Amino acid sequence: MSDQDIDAFIDSGTRLLGIPVHDEWRGAIRLHLVISLDHARNVAEFPLPDEADPAPVFTA
Amino acid sequence: MTAAAIAAAVGSRRRSAREVIAATLAGIERRDKTLNAFTAIVADRARARAAAIDAEIAGGAAAGPLAGVPFAVKNLIDIAGLPTLAGAKINRDHPPAAADAMLVTRLEKAGAVLVGALNMGEYAYDFTGENSHDGPSRNPHDLTRMTGGSSGGSGGAVGGGLVPIALGSDTNGSIRVPASFCGTFGLKPTYGRLSRAGSFPFVASLDHLGPLARSTRDLALAYDAMQGHDPLDPVCAQRPAEPATPLLDRGAGGLRIVRAGGYFRDGATAEALSALDRIAVALDARREVEIPEAARARSAAYVITAAEGAALHLDRLRERPGDFDPEVRDRLIAGALIPGIAVARAQKFRRWYRDAVLRLFDEVDAILAPATPFVAPPIGQKSFVLNGKEVPLRPNIGIYTQPISFIGLPVVAVPVPEAAGGLPIGVQIIAAPWREDIALRISHHVETAGVARAPWPPEPGE
Repeated sequence: MSDQDIDAFIDSGTRLLGIPVHDEWRGAIRLHLVISLDHARNVAEFPLPDEADPAPVFTA
Repeated sequence: MTAAAIAAAVGSRRRSAREVIAATLAGIERRDKTLNAFTAIVADRARARAAAIDAEIAGGAAAGPLAGVPFAVKNLIDIAGLPTLAGAKINRDHPPAAADAMLVTRLEKAGAVLVGALNMGEYAYDFTGENSHDGPSRNPHDLTRMTGGSSGGSGGAVGGGLVPIALGSDTNGSIRVPASFCGTFGLKPTYGRLSRAGSFPFVASLDHLGPLARSTRDLALAYDAMQGHDPLDPVCAQRPAEPATPLLDRGAGGLRIVRAGGYFRDGATAEALSALDRIAVALDARREVEIPEAARARSAAYVITAAEGAALHLDRLRERPGDFDPEVRDRLIAGALIPGIAVARAQKFRRWYRDAVLRLFDEVDAILAPATPFVAPPIGQKSFVLNGKEVPLRPNIGIYTQPISFIGLPVVAVPVPEAAGGLPIGVQIIAAPWREDIALRISHHVETAGVARAPWPPEPGE
């Protein structure tokens, strides 16, 4: 994705969430978002069976 | 003096708790101007508590195992009468805590004396010990360098010798990183072992509290005093206390100890690997194991942290974004934008990874790994080179701690002095869940062998 694509996602996402963003914050937010999405991609590439339970277990 | 020595002296009335606390408060007054480890000092409370301990002992009461031992807590841990800052400007508007956190209560029940609250990175989202509101905590071994974080004041106060014991929190490495940079011992217990009741959270599914100290015995004494179920923390396990202090002298003989290879070698500097070698040689740990998918585990911990942290702070990001430390705010806003599916996948992976790593412990008792890839960097440094690529410093100091806390394994970080340029660096001793005793025994062994040691810093100005 290009910086423009990421910035468009930041703009729409933060608007949706009601988080005000100043222009001078955008570069750092983009940097951290790209790092986070890279990590998310790394996790998503690992094949897991449909039946795999997530780690936290709620106990009633 | 170590906590054990103080408790022995106070318990036998060779020294009064009042004298101990007076000397501690004077030391903080003299040295914290430069270390910036403390954000609050509760001198009146400490003096009153010390006087009460002396009176109890004089009256024939049995002295607690931490009688007269001064300690301080990261400022995300409740102290009755003070707002719980969690390193944040925003939290200064909170009302004072109505009661002490459970761990403070338990340490004081064992005779310890709280002397103050400690500096930390805002909302615990740093590995540096930097804080734009309170200023950075400073490394006692080189004031121009980071303490590490987020329990930066805890590392600085113990590494600097201001208090023998401090409490910190560790979500992804926030006890083990400052222990490494400041040259202290640090214990991140098993997830769910120690109560978190009365502490400001960060990432509920990853948060731990634990002690830092200048010796294994002090670490174990503090840990033992804090154990036990607490219904006020829904994560705190229904387990009885399993004291580790009486087991320390069993040593490391007969334990199967190995080194972590692969991911835990990549990116480490020569000094980190040399420190690991020194500990491994002292333990005759020659075999190497590969912790499976450690890099991906770190990725999953990163994603969960960013998203859960952002969820915790969403209202504050909406209403008071300008009052955050900018370094924290920008990461939290990025975290708010992570798709939910990424978090769900990370939690599924976490289960797989836990099962895979626990299988390793069928064949080994403990795994050794670096605590940090390097010694303390200069305050203000923003990036470093990891595997040939320049990466931001703040999110990446915890590359070796994050895959371990991700599945809640108990770890003792042990300090190896003079690793590079006179600075210490830490090594992680990682055990199976609920086997803090094994990690502490190994820590005690390498300390007794003289390989691990908390170095004393020069007095400021020397």
